[in-house]
Formats: sequence, structure tokens, C-alpha cells
Amino acid sequence: MNALLPLAVNFALACFALSMLCALIRLLRGPAAQDRILALDTLYINGMLTILMLGIGLGSALYFDIALLIALFGFVGSTAMAKFLLRGEVIEP
Amino acid sequence: MELALIIFLPFLGSLGAAFLPPNARNAEAWLAGAAALAATAITVSLYPQVAAEGVLRLNLPWAPALGLDISLRMDGFAWLFALLVTGMGTLVVIYARYYMSPADPVPRFFSFFLVFMGAMLGVVLSGHLIQMVMFWEMTSLSSFMLIAYWHHRGEARRGARMALTVTGAGGLALFGGVLLLGHIAGGYDLDTVLAAAPQVKAHPWYPAVLALIALGALTKSAQFPFHFWLPHAMSAPTPVSAYLHSATMVKAGVFLLARLWPVLAGTDAWFWIIGGAGLCSLVLAGYLAMFQQDMKGVLAYSTISHLGLITLLLGMNSELALVAAVFHIANHATFKASLFMAAGIVDHETGTRDLGRLSGLSRAMPLTAALAVVAAAAMAGVPLLNGFLSKEMFFAETVFLDRPDWQRFGLPLAATLAGVFSVAYSLRLIQRVFFGPPAQDLPHTPHEPTRWMLLPSALLVAACVLVGVVPELVIGPYLRTATGAILGADAPAYSLAVWHGFNTPLLMSFVALGGGALLHGALLARRGATTVPLLESIDGRHLFDVTLTALTTGAERALRRLSSPRLQMQMLLIFAVALGGALLLVKPFGIGWGANAPQPLDPAFALLWLVGGACALAVAWQAKYHRFAAVAFAGGAGLATSLTFVWFSAPDLALTQLTVEVVTTVLILLGLRWLPRRDERIAGPGGATPRLRRSRDILVAGGCGLGLAALAYAVLTRPAVDGIAPFFVQQALPQGGGLNVVNVILVDFRGFDTFGEITVLGIVALTVYALLRRFRPAPESMRLPDQQHEQDGDASPRDSQEAMLPAGAMMLPAVLVRLLLPLALLVSLFFLLRGHNAPGGGFVGGLILATAVILQYLVGGTHWVESRLRIHPLYWIAIGLLLAAAAGIGAAFAGAPFLTSQAWHGTLPVVGELHLSSVLLFDLGVYMLVVGATTLMLVAIAHQSLRSQHHRTATGDTR
Repeated sequence: MNALLPLAVNFALACFALSMLCALIRLLRGPAAQDRILALDTLYINGMLTILMLGIGLGSALYFDIALLIALFGFVGSTAMAKFLLRGEVIEP
Repeated sequence: MELALIIFLPFLGSLGAAFLPPNARNAEAWLAGAAALAATAITVSLYPQVAAEGVLRLNLPWAPALGLDISLRMDGFAWLFALLVTGMGTLVVIYARYYMSPADPVPRFFSFFLVFMGAMLGVVLSGHLIQMVMFWEMTSLSSFMLIAYWHHRGEARRGARMALTVTGAGGLALFGGVLLLGHIAGGYDLDTVLAAAPQVKAHPWYPAVLALIALGALTKSAQFPFHFWLPHAMSAPTPVSAYLHSATMVKAGVFLLARLWPVLAGTDAWFWIIGGAGLCSLVLAGYLAMFQQDMKGVLAYSTISHLGLITLLLGMNSELALVAAVFHIANHATFKASLFMAAGIVDHETGTRDLGRLSGLSRAMPLTAALAVVAAAAMAGVPLLNGFLSKEMFFAETVFLDRPDWQRFGLPLAATLAGVFSVAYSLRLIQRVFFGPPAQDLPHTPHEPTRWMLLPSALLVAACVLVGVVPELVIGPYLRTATGAILGADAPAYSLAVWHGFNTPLLMSFVALGGGALLHGALLARRGATTVPLLESIDGRHLFDVTLTALTTGAERALRRLSSPRLQMQMLLIFAVALGGALLLVKPFGIGWGANAPQPLDPAFALLWLVGGACALAVAWQAKYHRFAAVAFAGGAGLATSLTFVWFSAPDLALTQLTVEVVTTVLILLGLRWLPRRDERIAGPGGATPRLRRSRDILVAGGCGLGLAALAYAVLTRPAVDGIAPFFVQQALPQGGGLNVVNVILVDFRGFDTFGEITVLGIVALTVYALLRRFRPAPESMRLPDQQHEQDGDASPRDSQEAMLPAGAMMLPAVLVRLLLPLALLVSLFFLLRGHNAPGGGFVGGLILATAVILQYLVGGTHWVESRLRIHPLYWIAIGLLLAAAAGIGAAFAGAPFLTSQAWHGTLPVVGELHLSSVLLFDLGVYMLVVGATTLMLVAIAHQSLRSQHHRTATGDTR
């Protein structure tokens, strides 16, 4: 088990990195602005998962808090962008 | 301690005076009068000590590590001046109470008046030269505010600006001179400097020291050729003129000359520079005073002339002349302040100070007239008044001057001529104002002022008479203490008798009196013209204006040549210079890589950086025409940075970076709304010149980036240096009481830094708020965004303010986000509370809460949120700062220095083990300030939409 865990963590990390690469392609190519926002959101989700993996790999609970923060507020940026696209301004009167 | 109290009381009073209501004339006068009177009383009570011990000193350590103390020193001379400043201040406060009109905003007057008094006392009582220069500057600044008190008058503004420019430039020269002097003497302490007199005079820098200090003193005392500012400063309220321009501020120059007399005097250069300036001022200003039409103009020129007399006496390199100078300083203050007060009374009761209109006031105002006549007689040098005595001493000194023949005969002649002028202008002033037929067309009917307004003037006149009749009894001992303090054991013997027998000085006095009366009777009495004969074309103010204009245009021209208003050009220059400088250094020294072997590359991490790098490049690529896409790319790059921090075990950084990312995205999007759209008519990135420019920019940017990367690599491959880091790591728990080193450094070890930073953050937030209140977006950005126009049609956009949830597309997010708010509060408090021992802290916590608040705005809109949830960011900022300061000051109760952390660790009944520390309070301050500052700034931008909506409604434009 102990030998398996680092392997699994590393594998997962590589997978998340690859999926981030995929998200990056969508982010760069678009073509629509909506595509980019979704891609950014995917990047954030993958980032959160990467942090969880790192926490498991290092056996530290501290990383969980950072992941929590992304889970709570990672969507704010995407929401703000979506709002901007939808209404033309982030905070309406 | 009393010494510090003398200076401290006026400043304290000033602070109090500033906060009283604008119409509290009586309260202001009581406060200022009490402060001045208390300072006077302390000064008087110190005399026995000064007389017995010679010098009183007080050293308050201020920055002992730098050898800087607050050093106060009072000897007999300083005592005399301090008494002059405080006593005259008390009288002028009484006078000003009745002079100022109820419509004037008196708090401003009295608070600057007291600041000036404190600063002047600081000049007089400083035992350290640099400290004295600092107070000297403070007198210039406060006098600027006082001269420009009626700032709605252009004349007052111009006069104040001229006074500040001249005396401020002189102050700068004085600072330079003092630095040189202290360097030669081996210290800035007054006693050290006074003891180093022989070295100073023999030093090759002596001429430079003398010239610089003379510049400072002569500008301050309005001496030729810098005298022109004083007549223009007469646009100040009369109490200011009576105090600053007769008794105190202009005397600072001669005070300094007398103070440094033992060190600098005794050379030919001193004689020519100081004596020459004094003689020119004495004669020239006396001449000009005879032709002034304004009562205060006469007094201003006469002040220049009398200060010239004092300066000349100081320049004569004789101990007896110094005694005469000190004596005349006191005498001039009494009669001139009293005359200024009389001029103010006349102005107050008749509405004019014009000598052409005033006439025959002695019938309507007999008391004022009597006082003014006696004071003017003292000014003219009539026997049995104080002016006569010091003028007699001056005449005697000119006669017994130890110089070559032509100077020995020339000086008495010039002195007598000045005496003639003095008698003539005094006579003219009195005769025009108080005698002759009663004036017909005065703005007000003249009558005697209230007795209280006459009292200060009467006291001063009484002093003139008493000193004039029984000088030895009234002022003898004090004068001896004062001159003894300057001259030490060399003080010469002199007699203060009224009658010295028939001798040359007495003859000169009578010639002056007779000549003056003759001149007045023959020429001035009937003269109606308002111009000055002979010296018509010499106008100091014109020269001043020309010089100032030349300086300003020269500076503007140089700025145009040397700088660019374009941001792109400035950025290019900054980075090009940085890159060039670094390359210049790399060329001779090289940039070797360190010996540490790099860690093996993790493929997942490499991929992460590929993503981050691609995002960063994409930002630069798209920033110009696709701002929205660039914001998205920047988000990706930020995420990669945060993940890197996590990967390399810097959770504090990662937390902060993540929260900052989120807030920044919202901030940029908020700003994006107000940027103008791309104008397709402007050509895109085609053509040769833009391409060339972009290639150049890429080269510079790429060079800088690669250079920084190389530097980072070179540092990271070297073995870690044992800097201060191990100290922090080891001492965080024992001394700071926290496990999280980063947080302990921020709130404890370097708490003062953090305190400064949050203060700056608060200031920045307020500035952004203030700037955005007046900001108006470009007209093309004012229209409603296209999306809203299409979706809402012509319907009123927001009519559901009372609804539980916003209608439309935002309803679902609103549910989510409202639920998030309490949760976010919890999370933010969690990060705040645990910050001392685990990643987190006030900054991160504050940003989390601010993000949650901004989210409410985001889904609900400004109206919807602000009708439900009132956030008062200004209160949050203020309370945060106060909490942080309280945590710092609290240490004082434990007898520890500012911001020392105080901890309590114990067990409470129900709660269990508990650790309380003052740093938590400090961090709570940081937390609140960050919440306040962030929401204040973001909401300030959001309110722009509100305003443009109002604008659209007002103009009837639905688009």
C-alpha cells in the first residue's frame, strides 16, 4: 500500500496536468468568449484537485484548506466574466 | 521640564483651537490667551534660575542611536527673546479678539497663530542648530498661512507667496550654512559651535558659511536687497503684522546673527556683508517710508529701517554695538507693535488706512491718538522714551567706530540722515492721521474702540515710557543677563542713563529731530503725490515676478525636453535603463551559475508551467485588442502561480495569491466596462512603423524577463546564505508565540512595517474613493451596454427592489451566493484566528470576506444589495486602524515598546485551554482594514454605473 500511494498520486497529478493542457487549448483557441470562461473554470477545478493530490502525497491537512478556498471562490472569477458577457457590466446599478 | 512646556503649550493650544466651532471667538481667545499667558508666566518664573546659573538645558532623547536629541537651551539672551515672544503673543491675542470680525473663521487664525508662537519659541530655545532650522522653517510656513489668512484677496495670496518664497529660499541657504558650520565645529550643539569660534573663523569654508547664514538671516529680517517682501506681507490681518512683522518673526534673522555673533563676527567680511546690508536697509527703507500712503506701509518700511539699524549694529564688530542691538530689539518690538495696533484700530474704526483720506482723528479717538503719538515719538527717538536711548547708543557707536577715516566720517553722517528720515516719517504719520481738519468721507464714523482693544497698546506704550525714563531700573539687569549670555566674560561696561552730558551723539540726536521736523514741514506736509521721488523705477516686486516667471518657464521647458507624458515611453525607458544597467554590470563581473545541482524535473509540474507560461504569453499577445480574453488568460497564469506556491510548500503565499487573483479579476472587469471600444477606423497592427515598434518592445521585454530568470537561477543554484531567516524560524515560537513563521514575522517581528503598510492601504483606498467620486467616464462609455438594452428592451431595468431575489438570469446565482455569505464569514474568521499557527491571517481572511461581499453586489446589483446590507467600508477602515494601533499601544501598559506582543496562556473553566495574544487584536485590525479597503475601492467603481444611470435618466436618453 505504502509503495502504491506515491505512484497513484503521481499518476493522478500527471492526469490533472494533462487535462489542464486540454483546458488550455480550449482557453487559447476559444473560439467564443464563453468557451474561454468554461476553460478557465475547468482549469480552476483541476487546480483544486491537484492541490488535494499534493496534500495526499505529502500527508498534510494544510493543503485541504487551500483546496477549500478554490472550491468556495474559484467560481467567482468565472461568474464575474459570465456576468460581464451577459449584461455588459459586472455590477449593475 | 519647564523649557519643554513653554514650547509645548502653544502647540497644544493650537490643536485645541483648530477643533473649536468657527464662530467661537471668545472661546478661541480664552484658549489662545491662556496658552500664551501660561508660557509667559513660565518664562518669567525661570528668570532667577537663568540669572543665577547662566544656562538652563533640557535634553530629551529622541533617536539616541543617531546621536539626535531634542535639545533645549535657555540663556539670558534666549530668555529675553522668549519673554518677547510669549508676552507680545499674550497682548496680541487680546487685541485680536476684538480686531477679528465675527464673520472671520477664527479657529484657523488662532491655531496658526499658536503654531507660529510655538515655532518661534522653538527657534529661540533650540540648543541644536538643525533643530533650530526646523523650527525656523515652521515659522516660515505658519507665517505663510497667517499672511494668506484672508485668502479670498488676491493681494494676500500674492503677498504670502512672496514672503514664503523669499524666506523659504533663505531657510534653505541657512540649512546649508548650518550644516557647514556644524561640520567645521565638530557638532551641531550650540555650545560646541560657540566654543569652536577660532577654528570657524580660520577655516577656508568660513566665507561660504557666512554667506549662507547671512542669506538666511537677511531674508528673514527683510534686509536689503531682500526687503521687498515685507511691505507686501502687510495684507495680513493687523494682529499678525503686529506680532510677526514687528516683534517676532522678522527678529528671528537678527536673533540668529546675534546668537552666532561670537562665532562669526569680528572679520572684515562680516562687517561688509552684515553691516553693509544693514546700512542700506536703514537709509533706503527710511527714505521709502516717508512716501508711503498706507499706514501699514509706513510701518513696514520703518520696520525694515529699524531692523537695518540692528543689523548694522551687529555688523560693526564691537561689543558695545551688540549691547545696543539687543537693547534696540526689545525697544523696537514695544513701540512698533503698539503702532501696528494703533494702525489696526484706525482701520477697524474708520474702514481705511489711506493717509490721503485720514485726517484729524484725535478729536474722535483721543486715547488712540495719545498712545500712537507716544509710540511714534519713541520711534522717532524723542528723549525720555526708549527709542531715544538705543538710538543714542547707536549714534555713539558710529562715532567711535574703529575703521579707516572715510568710514568713520561716512557712517555718522548716514546714521544722522537715517535719523532725519525716521523723525520725518513718524511726524508725517501722526500729523496726517490724527491732526488737521476732521476727515469727511470715511467709510465708518470714527469713534474710540473698546477699552480692551486699547489695553495691549497702552501696556506697550507704558513700557516705552518706563524704559525711557528709568532704564536702569526697568530693563538694566535683564539686558545685562542677555548680553552677558552672548559675550560671556568679555561683556563691556556701559551705562543706561538718560543723560550722558553734552556730546556728539546728543548733538546728532538733536540734528535728526530738527532736520526731521524741517524736512516734514518743508516737503512732506503739503505733498499730495503718492509716488516715491528718485527711486520710482526700483521695484523689488517686479524683479521678483520676473525671476519667478523665468524659473517656472525654464523648468517647464526642461521638463518638456527631458521627460515624456506618454506612459509607453516612460515604461520603455525604465525597462531599457534597467536592462542596460544590468548588462553593463554583467559584462565585467559575469553571472556564474551556482554549484547546486537542479532537482529532477517532475513531468506534471513541467506541464503545469507550460500551461501557465502559455497563458502569460497569451495575455501579452491579446491585451491590445481582446481585453476580455486577456483577462481570462491572466486568470490561468495566476492559477499556475498559486499552484507553484503550493507545490513548493508555501501555503501562505498560495492562499494570498488565490484570493488576490479573484479580487483582481473582478476589479479589472469592473474597469473594463468604462474603457472605450476599439475604433475600427484606427489602423490595426499593420504597416512598417508599428511593427518596428512592437519588435523593439518585444526585445526589451524579452531581455528583461530572461535576465530576471537568469538572475533567479543563479541565486537558486547557490547554497543558501545564513541570513536572518534562521533567526525568524528559531525565534517564532519562543518569542512570537506562533507556529506560522510567516504570520509571526508579519504581525510581530515586523509589526511596525505591517502597521505602516495597512495605513498606506487605507490611504490608497480613501484616495481611490475620493478620485472616483469626481471621475466622469468618457461620454461614449456612458450608454447602457448593448446586452442590457437588447434583453430589457424599453422596460425600466430594475423595478423589483423589494423582491426576495433578483429577477431574471441572476435569480439562481443569487440563492447560491446569499448562502455563501455566512459560510464565507466563517471561513474568513477561521483563517484569521488560526493564522498565527497555520497558514492564514488577517490579510487572507479580509480578502475572503470582501470577495463574498462583492459577490452579493455581483448577482444583485448595487441597489438591491445596498437596500438590504449596509456595509460601511470607511468605518471598517477606521476601526481596523484603531484596533491595530490599540494592540500596539497596549504594550505600553506592560512597560514594553510599541507593538511588543503580549500573550496570555491559561485554562478557562468551560472553554478549556486558551491562548490570547495582542497580535490577534493586531491581525483583527489588518482583517477589518482589508475588508474595508477592498470593498470601498470595488464599490466605488461599481457606483459609476449608478451615476451614469442617473445621467441617462436626467438627459432622457434610454440607450
